[in-house]
Amino acid sequence: MAITVNTRQTGLTGNSAVAYAMKQINPDVCAAYPITPSTQIMEEFSSYVADGVVDTELITVESEHSAMSACIGAAAAGARVMTATSSQGLALMWEMLYIASGMRLPIVLADVNRALSAPINIHCDHSDTMGARDSGWIQLYSETVQEAYDNLFQAVRIAENENVLLPVMICLDGFITSHAIENISLLNDAEVKQFMGEYKAKHTLLDTDHPVTYGAMTLPDTYIEFKRQQSDAIARAKDVVAEVGKEFGARFGREYGLMEEYRLDDAEVAIVILSSAAGTTKVAVDEFRKADKKVGILRPRLFRPFPHKEIAEALKNVKVVACLDRADSMSSFGGPLFNDVRSALYDMEKRPKVVNRIFGLGGRDYKVKDAAAVLEELLKIAVTGKVEALIKYITI
Amino acid sequence: MQEKKNLPIGGVITEGGTAHEYVTGGWRKLRPVLDKDKCTNCLICWVMCPDSAIIIEDGKMIGFDMEHCKGCGICAEECPDKVKAIKMEEEAD
Repeated sequence: MAITVNTRQTGLTGNSAVAYAMKQINPDVCAAYPITPSTQIMEEFSSYVADGVVDTELITVESEHSAMSACIGAAAAGARVMTATSSQGLALMWEMLYIASGMRLPIVLADVNRALSAPINIHCDHSDTMGARDSGWIQLYSETVQEAYDNLFQAVRIAENENVLLPVMICLDGFITSHAIENISLLNDAEVKQFMGEYKAKHTLLDTDHPVTYGAMTLPDTYIEFKRQQSDAIARAKDVVAEVGKEFGARFGREYGLMEEYRLDDAEVAIVILSSAAGTTKVAVDEFRKADKKVGILRPRLFRPFPHKEIAEALKNVKVVACLDRADSMSSFGGPLFNDVRSALYDMEKRPKVVNRIFGLGGRDYKVKDAAAVLEELLKIAVTGKVEALIKYITI
Repeated sequence: MQEKKNLPIGGVITEGGTAHEYVTGGWRKLRPVLDKDKCTNCLICWVMCPDSAIIIEDGKMIGFDMEHCKGCGICAEECPDKVKAIKMEEEAD
């Protein structure tokens, strides 16, 4: 996943980069309701609409519930549709998220990760999108501004793939990624247009010669079949994510896989972590490597569908794994990443020990020293074979 | 029961006017019965029936579409007090 092409270099915040990607995609309809820290995405995109540089119909609505409802209606009408939100905004969309995925509408949402209330907090953690992990949306987590920008184009292609037809949310860390300026490489408009292609929905509400009904009721004789159909589709999405990531790499020089493995090949201990905190962890790993300590990172990019086989394969030779969750499931059994990774490893004959460290909630800084402390602890477990704390809060 | 292998993606109904094919008469507990001698063909029942189950021919009320009538009794209720040409009877009887 190394960045190998450095054309059109510029400095942009994550939000500006996402807004710029939206401008280049030129979706048919966007629905918008502002919420920190994602507000700037729609604020900047609305300038593109006002300046007439996109053809998008921008619908300003009275809530995020309405924003997602408008997206659903427009997508059912056959439009290419996008929106952005954070935290409480995503929470307010909840019932509509399931309707978007159940109706198999390829909507794309940029979620700028922010903690959920209460207590109220505007800073980064993953409790918003982790809460939506079972809503039937595909989820891609972005480490950097560049990746958030690149993910948006790929999200549209994944969502609209005829073997998938599901909504996709791309996630980037609130403030850390959304408001920090990073040097990124922009794509050229013509190349984007070629990559995106035209979207033609199979059934549209606006085709009056072929009237269709969306959202009809199903009773016990068919509901479960529709859910199985949806379940099969999200399982197929895994390969499509890989294919689209490969095609993106072939065209633009930045290839994306289901996950990033960082110095993992011969690692004895590893940290599994999502999004921007992986960058901090890499610095700690590099320091440990200088001291000949075999440590590595697995950063899942695709979290839904969960690439359980690939994750098990990537971690098969590791002795001790720490899953670092920026969200707590409040189940008393650790965070969502921990639960899924640990479950993915269960069927292996020789499986690593897996511990959970919950960090950075509500925007608490996660520093190189925090990553280093986890790595030290893992190396100690690798020697002693003893896990003193299965689940623990760190950065406190 | 529908053919389950070819269900349209996302539950989309791919043509119009399919509500007619969905037979709801089986939901009925009470059955409307018309006394043609009393009926004045005012057609209030036709206006009020929520399931379009009142059959009209040449401007006259001739009976009920029993495949769609759910037996709600609105027709009997709305039939004018001086007429009361529709009675609801137990399906079980």
